[in-house]
Amino acid sequence: MYTDLVMDHFANPRNVGEIEDADGVGQIGNPVCGDVMRMSIKVEDDRIADVKFKTFGCGAAVATSSIVTEMVIGKTLSEAAEISNKAVAEALGGLPANKMHCSNLAADAMHIAIEDYLTRNGRADEVATILKSPKKASS
Amino acid sequence: MNYVYFDHAATTGVDPRVFARMEPYFSEFYGNASEIHGPGRKAREAVEWGRAAVAQALGANEKEIVFTSGGTEADNMALIGYAQRFSGGHIITSAVEHPAVMESARFLQRQGWDVTFVPVDQYGAVDVDAYRAAFRDDTRLASVMLANNVVGTLQPVAELARIAHDQGVAFHTDAVQVAGSLPIDVDELGVDMLSISGHKIYAPKGIGALYVRKGTRIGPILHGGGHERRLRSGTENVPGIVGIGAALELAVAEMSATRPRLEQLRDKVVAATLATIDEVQLLGDAVNRLPGNACFSIRYIEGESMLLQLDGKGIAVSSGSACASGSLEPSHVILAMGFGAEEAHGSLRLTLGRENTEAEIDYFLEVFPPIVEHLRKMSPLYVKG
Ligand SMILES: Cc1ncc(COP(=O)(O)O)c(C=O)c1O
Ligand code: FES
Repeated sequence: MYTDLVMDHFANPRNVGEIEDADGVGQIGNPVCGDVMRMSIKVEDDRIADVKFKTFGCGAAVATSSIVTEMVIGKTLSEAAEISNKAVAEALGGLPANKMHCSNLAADAMHIAIEDYLTRNGRADEVATILKSPKKASS
Repeated sequence: MNYVYFDHAATTGVDPRVFARMEPYFSEFYGNASEIHGPGRKAREAVEWGRAAVAQALGANEKEIVFTSGGTEADNMALIGYAQRFSGGHIITSAVEHPAVMESARFLQRQGWDVTFVPVDQYGAVDVDAYRAAFRDDTRLASVMLANNVVGTLQPVAELARIAHDQGVAFHTDAVQVAGSLPIDVDELGVDMLSISGHKIYAPKGIGALYVRKGTRIGPILHGGGHERRLRSGTENVPGIVGIGAALELAVAEMSATRPRLEQLRDKVVAATLATIDEVQLLGDAVNRLPGNACFSIRYIEGESMLLQLDGKGIAVSSGSACASGSLEPSHVILAMGFGAEEAHGSLRLTLGRENTEAEIDYFLEVFPPIVEHLRKMSPLYVKG
């Protein structure tokens, strides 16, 4: 049911953990099945210098978290903000239909972390331009 | 890789000894059991042998066995076939039934029947007082499973059947998970109908049977040529019938050896898991459970992830986690026991079978704690360590 790439990211997740002195943190709960994902980012010169994740969820949730971290490292905040749920699923070679909702989590948690970074740095006014569709953090 | 299979409640492989008994009925003796020529008579003989073997294993009479396509059809036939005698009324069942019973009851509900789903306690055992209180003047049937497929809890079916009979109500039990594992005697249980399935007992998929006590009248749910004494039309699955008969015969003959061995392996895996992993609990009743069932809830991590990690190590298990189900609903059984979605999320079920060995249990106990540790390190909910 999962592609080899999903299984690879699930079996060998990249960038697991928590950045102690993170510049931004995004946490989101999955309304469908109740899972939780947390992303913490380090930002330098408006670029994502480092990112780590923690996920409580299924194989797809772990794999999407893992690949999102790979996709955003080195990207500018605007570039990272443009990574959509769909792009995450596509990067993994697709997800089963009933697992598409898990891919929403990873991109959303990343966007919330960016929003958190901007807010912490007195740049809340930029949230709307950088994040075209700001996400509200939940649980 | 040599797969370690701990998912016998989902299905079993056909025992080679069972397959050997079935084999001639595919290409050699392929007659239609309804025909009176030689090949037909040969097939009829096999069907009646299978019926006698099943009846013998359940302490029933041959005339009381109806072959079906499996456990699901037997359960549908028991509820819907029995309900056909009436224009409506009330049915009592439990909150932890297999979907084959639960959805049959819901189907009748949509036809205008009333259904009471009797609650269970934290171990999964039905609340006998609530069950007793559920009977009404128009109650027609009660159906409670003999043992639960998720957590393995055995229900006090003899007592529940007696209570139903005191009220003049017929009683059905789904014994799909029990047949072949524990002794079954329809008279000791006092049930009027009892379902079994072949593929849980080392016979093939697609064969099952419903025991219907003499005098209990039910209507068919499949209509056609009037096979199985008009109760179940459709050309008999001769190899399957031979298979389920042979499988039950074998299971009964070996039960006194298999049962204590599985209980000992189960107790070992339960004790060791509870001792080596913190924040784990056993789901179901510690003692009053199926010999091969060990079901846990492991906090802060998710069942599908555990299942896939174990799969990577060549171990097959199952989980009641919402994420592991196609419907994204947590196991209704675990919720009915009063647990939340979190406990269901972290649920992991091992169901052992006759080919499992102590070395396989030891292998599981070796690889599982590091998997839990790995997933907990990844979990935002796990703060310790
Ligand atoms: C308790 C119980 N009842 C009924 C069934 C359905 O049996 P079958 O798969 O033969 O239709 C199963 C197995 O899935 C079961 O565990
Ligand atoms: S996180 Fe629950 S299904 Fe993916």
